[in-house]
Amino acid sequence: MKNPLVRQALTLWVPLVLTYVIVLLLVQAGVVDAYMQVTIATICINIVLAVSLNLITGFTGQFSLGHAGFMAIGAYATALVTMRFDSIVGFIGGLLLGGIIAALVGFLIGLPTLRLRGDYIAIATLGMAEIIRILLQNFEFTNGAAGLSPVPQYMDWTWFFVLTVGSVMLIRNFVRSRQGRDAIAVREDEIAAESIGVNTTRSKVLAFTIGAFFGGVAGGMYASYFYVIKPEQFGFLKSIDILVIVVLGGLGSLSGSVIAAFLLAIISTLLQPFPGVRMILYALLLIVIMIFRPQGLLGNRELSLRLLPGLRKRRRDDAGTEAA
Amino acid sequence: MSILDVKQLTRSFGGLTAVSHVDLTLDQGELVGLIGPNGAGKTTVFNLLTGVYPPSSGTIVFSAHGQTTSIGGKAPYAICRAGIGRTFQNIRLFKELTVLENVMIAFQQNQRYPLPTSLLRLPGFGRAEDEIRDGARELLEVMHLGHKAEEYAVNLSYGEQRHLEIARALATRPTLLLLDEPAAGMNPTETANLTRLITQIRQDFGLTILLIEHDMSLVMQICERIYVLDHGIVIASGTPDEVRSDPKVIEAYLGEEVDHA
Ligand SMILES: Nc1ncnc2c1ncn2[C@@H]1O[C@H](COP(=O)(O)OP(=O)(O)OP(=O)(O)O)[C@@H](O)[C@H]1O
Ligand SMILES: [Mg+2]
Repeated sequence: MKNPLVRQALTLWVPLVLTYVIVLLLVQAGVVDAYMQVTIATICINIVLAVSLNLITGFTGQFSLGHAGFMAIGAYATALVTMRFDSIVGFIGGLLLGGIIAALVGFLIGLPTLRLRGDYIAIATLGMAEIIRILLQNFEFTNGAAGLSPVPQYMDWTWFFVLTVGSVMLIRNFVRSRQGRDAIAVREDEIAAESIGVNTTRSKVLAFTIGAFFGGVAGGMYASYFYVIKPEQFGFLKSIDILVIVVLGGLGSLSGSVIAAFLLAIISTLLQPFPGVRMILYALLLIVIMIFRPQGLLGNRELSLRLLPGLRKRRRDDAGTEAA
Repeated sequence: MSILDVKQLTRSFGGLTAVSHVDLTLDQGELVGLIGPNGAGKTTVFNLLTGVYPPSSGTIVFSAHGQTTSIGGKAPYAICRAGIGRTFQNIRLFKELTVLENVMIAFQQNQRYPLPTSLLRLPGFGRAEDEIRDGARELLEVMHLGHKAEEYAVNLSYGEQRHLEIARALATRPTLLLLDEPAAGMNPTETANLTRLITQIRQDFGLTILLIEHDMSLVMQICERIYVLDHGIVIASGTPDEVRSDPKVIEAYLGEEVDHA
């Protein structure tokens, strides 16, 4: 465990590959039914949405209420491209195009608004997402309120796995780099950050643009799995849903977002048989968590063995396996 | 050779003129004090020099590395990159980050690597990060904070936080360093340590320093020249001895002790 590469392999790659293989086998064996597949897809999409919003809101400190807008752009781009070019190349192209257009829109919205502070950004992003939704509702080429269908389905477990892990890794690499530290400095104290040479506007716009890109990719994943997309699916409530995952997991914690995405999906599955009380229980649970753990499940820390002192000690004592 | 040339610098907030027609020059390598009663406008002068506010009127010309920059209206980060570093009276650290990360963020502004290198961990990432980390560590050692590198900034003592503010400012490689009450809240031993450190970093890093400080013994001990500000106006300037015996200064400090140094 001394060698960081060995350590990374054991704590990261081995569990990831195992997860991939096990789920793949379960799907092929028919153990994972259609309903569970939808749950898995939802979890993956929500993870990408949450980590990308976390980059903007949790790491850079810019309160965005419009993430569903970026998702919509990605969903429609992927749908339109794959409906025309029904091939794997069309799918990958559509996904990328969706991400790029979302990033471009994010950049254009971010440039003027991110100079402002605090509440203005929340209102500007909220407005942006609403405008996107209304445009999609009224354009002819997006088929108005009826939306687009059938969108060719290219998303399978392998794609979900690759795109979700890839997105989380890229965002993790970003926040653990000089650009990411600049963004975190902006969140911590904008005046101090400027005083040590951080171009704070640039830093915010960069994080916002990257977050928008992955929001777009998540939208593409959504469109290419669920057949039908409509403007109403990408409204204000969707943005709030994503924000709930981020806040629940912890602002500034990527592993928190991942865990929260799982947790919320499991809770909503468990509550499925009680549709009447489902929303009430869901809301109550959130309130309770926010009262007892307002910083979110993981705060702004990442899940690691260091967070579990008891576990670490046991591992130390168990020197035989440790050395192996 | 003058490194900073401030002429007729004025800044009003609504009806209040916090800084009024201030002239101030600093020569290369000088250590100059800026003193005055509470609310005199000292911190506002720093905020004008570092672009936190634009001046209402007046000019600020900064010359370093053979380049002359007009500061008025420039963004703070650009002023920092031109070579002016500062600390804050009301400490402004990145509290949720470690001591080391606080300094790394300042240090990395001069060690840039491109975005793809970050996102894809391209070759060169590890080496660039090591350089940033090592450079930041060195500065922590200078400010006697090496043993606290992995501590969260918020957990430092008051005096340590002030040291960290200086380490972070040094990491921007300034030619002019502005220190806003670096000894505030320190006990006499800590103040004596800091006094030594200030003269040492000035020598080792070839700095010009402008220092705001209420601790008169510190100011009189290490400053070569002093500007005295009162109600936004420079009421006296000169060597510590000249300033100390100036009747206008004594009047401004009415009730406060000026000459216990
Ligand atoms: N952003 C601002 N808005 C309004 N008034 C301000 C602002 N900044 C400073 N002032 C006012 O300007 C005057 C000078 O303030 P400044 O902080 O520069 O004083 P100072 O000399 O640093 O005082 P101290 O020794 O207490 O730190 C004060 O009356 C203060 O209230
Ligand atoms: Mg002050």
